[in-house]
Amino acid sequence: MMSATQVRLVRLALIVALIVLWEFYARFISTSSLVAGPSDVAMAWWPKVIGDARVLTAVGVTLIELAVAFAMSVIFGMLIGVLIGLSDIGRRSLYPLVLMLYGIPQAILLPLFVLVFGLGPASKIAFGFSHGIFPVIVNTIAGMRNVSPLLMAGAAAMGASRAQQVRHVIFPHMVTTVFAGLRLAMTLTLLGVVLAEIFVSQGGVGFFTLLYSETFNPAALMALVLTLALMAIALNELVRLVEARFSRWKD
Amino acid sequence: MRRDTLLIRSIQFGLLAILFGIWWFVAHSSQRLLLLLPPPELVWTQMQFLWTSGRLASAALITVEEIVKAYAIAASGGIVVGFLVARSRNLMRIFEPMLAGLFAVPLTLFFPLFVVFFGIGPESKVAYGATYSFFPIALNTIAGFAGVDELYLRSVRSMGASSLQQLRYVYLPAAMPVTLTGLRIGFFICIASVLGGETLAAAAGIGKSIALAAELMETSRLYAWIAFVVIVSVMLNLMALAAETRSERKRG
Repeated sequence: MMSATQVRLVRLALIVALIVLWEFYARFISTSSLVAGPSDVAMAWWPKVIGDARVLTAVGVTLIELAVAFAMSVIFGMLIGVLIGLSDIGRRSLYPLVLMLYGIPQAILLPLFVLVFGLGPASKIAFGFSHGIFPVIVNTIAGMRNVSPLLMAGAAAMGASRAQQVRHVIFPHMVTTVFAGLRLAMTLTLLGVVLAEIFVSQGGVGFFTLLYSETFNPAALMALVLTLALMAIALNELVRLVEARFSRWKD
Repeated sequence: MRRDTLLIRSIQFGLLAILFGIWWFVAHSSQRLLLLLPPPELVWTQMQFLWTSGRLASAALITVEEIVKAYAIAASGGIVVGFLVARSRNLMRIFEPMLAGLFAVPLTLFFPLFVVFFGIGPESKVAYGATYSFFPIALNTIAGFAGVDELYLRSVRSMGASSLQQLRYVYLPAAMPVTLTGLRIGFFICIASVLGGETLAAAAGIGKSIALAAELMETSRLYAWIAFVVIVSVMLNLMALAAETRSERKRG
């Protein structure tokens, strides 16, 4: 059995080896102008991509779209989830419908979203929202089922109103499941926003991914895409940190 | 119990009927909405047209071929990689977090790269779909094989089972449910990513037809294409659900 440090070292070595191989391939083997090595990507990253004020603005626009879509997903998703999950009949009749909707490949609705909400940020927000809301609804309903009926009966016996039961018994027990949903919602909201950005964009990152692909600038394209991927990982970690904060009561 | 089921079904169908009624009513209430919300009967006419003219079949053929190819690559690659990684604790501790971390990034970000490398044709959609659905399949295969109870392994070894027999009688039955879940998730991700890729950049296929109908503002045709995809995906979901319920019952 390897120690945790050894595992980390091997992982690091693997990543370094991959980067070196990629550089070697791009430099000495590939004759295609479409293959950019890590050094080209790094050189494109600083002055050209991140140094460009227009790209930074575009990243900012996309982040705002993401934030609005995510906030809407969380608020409406939890609201709808609680409403459906409160009653047994509600859950058993509406939950399957939610799952059905969740199962539809939403990418086919993208052109319709653009038609309805226009070319600007509104269509990105709406499309991110329609992706993000489902895991929040589903996990809110699942989280409400996790609450032991005994605790609910106990609270009711002590005279807790329905609202108090929701606030003091149901909410704290939902945290783990709901946050798993929030993490998924963050990934899916980003997926929706990015899909809509790549489909058509005026001021977001999609404009530049299209620009770089159409002008055959793979180094800049890769630099931008990798930057966005790192941001996605950072956002994921952020949700995880908030989750740790809200689950503290369990210890 | 039976009364309950009846009530639940009537709520479900009632809700769908109400939504359909609202659609019909709103679409007929104003001519200005024709461009965004065509009435149901126009969409139905378009669906019949797409069906009889063979446009649906020719677009579906391209899309289905891409999905099948992408899924074949993802399923075989995911199971092989998952199985190999799960062979040793150390390999698992090295690779599992890397795969899970990559899967948390929306791979759509990389779609423009796929188009640059593989072109606008079916290849970019196959590669994109295969990459996307590889991850859940590999991750679940790892989880499946890693979850095999050590006690079973020790007992069949003590009874002198060869490694082939261990694979056949312990590993495969124990890993099967979780691996199948991965295959199911991967299948739906494969469909979604191929369709998404087609919508973004393609020469032909269902996704491309949808994007084209929107571009030409042929909204009733756009709704007709969407309706076909929704019908097929609901049917696939119901089938997956039925298969899952059955296998759960079998395991007891």
